[in-house]
Amino acid sequence: MKEVILIKDGELSLKGLNRRNFEDKMVSTIRRRLKDLGEIKITRAQSTIYVEPQSEEFDFEEALDRVGYIFGIAAFSRACVCQKNMDDILLKAKTYLISTLSQVKSFKVEAKRADKAFELKSPEICREVGGAILSACPDLKVDVHNPDIVVNVEVRDYAAYIRAGQIKGAGGLPVGTSGRAQVLISGGIDSPVAAWTMAKRGLTLNAIHFASPPYTSARAEQKVKTLLSKVAKYSGTIKLAIVPFTEIQEQIARCCEEDYFTLIMRRMMMRIACRVSEKDECLGLITGESLGQVASQTLPAIAATDEVCSLPVFRPLIGMDKEEIITISRHIDAFETSILPYEDCCTVFTPKHPHTRPKPGQCSQAEKGLDIESLIERAIAGIEYSFIE
Amino acid sequence: MIYLDNSATTKPSDSCISEINRCLKENWGNPSSLHIMGFNAEMAVNEARNKVARLIKARDDEIYFTSGGTESNNTAIFSAAYSKSKQGKKIVTTAIEHPSVLEPMKRLENEGFEIIRLKPSASGKVSIEDIEKTIDAQTVLVSIMLVNNETGATQPVEAAARAIGRNAPYALLHCDAVQGFGKIPIDVSKLGVDLMSISGHKIHGPKGIGVLYKKKSVNLKPLILGGGQEKNLRSGTESVPLIMGLGGATDDLKDVAKNLEKMKELNLAARKILLDTGIVLLNSDDECLPYILNISVPGYRSETLLHFLENKGIYVSSGSACSKGKGSYVLSEMGLDSKRIDSGLRISFSRFNTVCEIEKLAKALIDATAVLRKAK
Repeated sequence: MKEVILIKDGELSLKGLNRRNFEDKMVSTIRRRLKDLGEIKITRAQSTIYVEPQSEEFDFEEALDRVGYIFGIAAFSRACVCQKNMDDILLKAKTYLISTLSQVKSFKVEAKRADKAFELKSPEICREVGGAILSACPDLKVDVHNPDIVVNVEVRDYAAYIRAGQIKGAGGLPVGTSGRAQVLISGGIDSPVAAWTMAKRGLTLNAIHFASPPYTSARAEQKVKTLLSKVAKYSGTIKLAIVPFTEIQEQIARCCEEDYFTLIMRRMMMRIACRVSEKDECLGLITGESLGQVASQTLPAIAATDEVCSLPVFRPLIGMDKEEIITISRHIDAFETSILPYEDCCTVFTPKHPHTRPKPGQCSQAEKGLDIESLIERAIAGIEYSFIE
Repeated sequence: MIYLDNSATTKPSDSCISEINRCLKENWGNPSSLHIMGFNAEMAVNEARNKVARLIKARDDEIYFTSGGTESNNTAIFSAAYSKSKQGKKIVTTAIEHPSVLEPMKRLENEGFEIIRLKPSASGKVSIEDIEKTIDAQTVLVSIMLVNNETGATQPVEAAARAIGRNAPYALLHCDAVQGFGKIPIDVSKLGVDLMSISGHKIHGPKGIGVLYKKKSVNLKPLILGGGQEKNLRSGTESVPLIMGLGGATDDLKDVAKNLEKMKELNLAARKILLDTGIVLLNSDDECLPYILNISVPGYRSETLLHFLENKGIYVSSGSACSKGKGSYVLSEMGLDSKRIDSGLRISFSRFNTVCEIEKLAKALIDATAVLRKAK
């Protein structure tokens, strides 16, 4: 029995003349992510993408799992291909779904006819297919209000398809259609969620992490890599820059007023991130800040860090509560890694009473004692790059 | 030496030995230590975890290292039964499970649980109909082995998963997969199990290491308390050398499906060669896992035959290695006659066995019976 994966694109169908670019991007992503599972043929029609495996050994389960991580997809399903006549549809309805139907008690059939010339109307298709399934599985009951499973029959231009329900896709826009941005990643709960949220809007991701050995450990770096690998399942490969940050933190602690420590540290991070972005062709920064969550995330503090930043900064979590952020964190399977208890560069040298309402200009006054330029140069020279799959 | 007792244990593979060696010499830190030695040991443990996870298509965080199949079975059964006892006290299992399942069941029975033990047919298989009939809304745990250790009969675990899906909203499904892991392709989500036991030394890994697969959504109370290792399910410093050894052994398995195809050929040849002796009856039907072939040589006691073969450098088992000479309860549950039970031998293969070795076994059996006949 021939099977396909049917993929419905989401927001893309609202696009105008450039819709094709978005679809091309999505098709190439699908092709790349499924490449090692065997040869496939991909076709498009009526805002549906058809993935047809060309070999018997194609691992459908694995393919469906991977499709669930591709942004730009509203819904997808595994379906059986039928010839466009009722005999073939009924024959396959009886056999194709038998193992799925044997696990449930009730079902209903929904039919859709894109081809209005087809011999039967939708309600008639439903009735006939329902009857065929009942004759094959006499223990099943039809329940139109609250069925365990919905069997869909779609009659399209070239073939008809039978499937059992569909799976909700990852939504958003295909990665790469919105350009490239760099996420500042710490190892906490928020930054991976911010990265995922922006990748969902079509951004390709780079990441930058500030490490402070010996205050922070190899485990903290590994944690960041693990977190990024969770995001990379959706976004594709992420280029990660690990910046040595110890000297800068020690210098700030030595030369600046304690209350300003966190603010100045954030400003140094932003400066370095902007430089690295320029080098790696990122047009924006992404942070996991949420307004008022900690001392450095008040409005005046954010204004003080943005003073030194030449790029747009996306803060997708700015209006979210911790609970909402944790929900997404769990959804992308990052939460359990995020709460592993390792020191990160933000938790060492924390001031007792951090400044939460810096006035404009106060920060630059406070960081006067630092040789900012040479500190940044040395940090950037020490960057180690890796690629997270 | 001809080693045909691979369901008892297997020869450690090259990578298994080299990984253990590497660990003991270079990577002997405690994974819980915060310093780099601890980090390196933790990374090695997680690498092995990933290898096992990939082999059964599970997530890394669903793999828990234990001391072996017996501990995995005990943890799974006791923890599942106690955590579900508020919802019901009915447990469904089979009469042909390994003692590390049967004995915990006995204790649970004494503690007030209702234990239903399904009997196999003459082929050694529990029937799908019995499973479907027995599993109901009161059932809280179903424990069915994937492959029987004495006959190789594969059990309908998937059918149990389907029956649970339909009729038993509170039941967990545990599977003792010790004899199936690394021998047949396993996909835990297709199999539909919540808990699954695995042992290292049946797949050319070291003894003393096993795995409990626990589906992410299932919560279990640990039996062993302490430092909270293995996400609190199994405290005790991880046995890094054995874990790395198991990782090495899974590397050496390479392609499980391909190995199985080869084993089918070997098993088919063995059946023919042994039947051609005219003195052997086969107790494993041809649907059994080809790694195991249970035979009887009616008229000659298992243990006597075993020692005769041993004299010729051929190692097999009477029943399972664990039953040490007692008549096989598995064969007797299958309804075989006592002559056949008393003369049962388990031949179990590995990828290192050859047809030539089986020819030698057949010849040795003929010689043994000739000598024993005279002695009668």
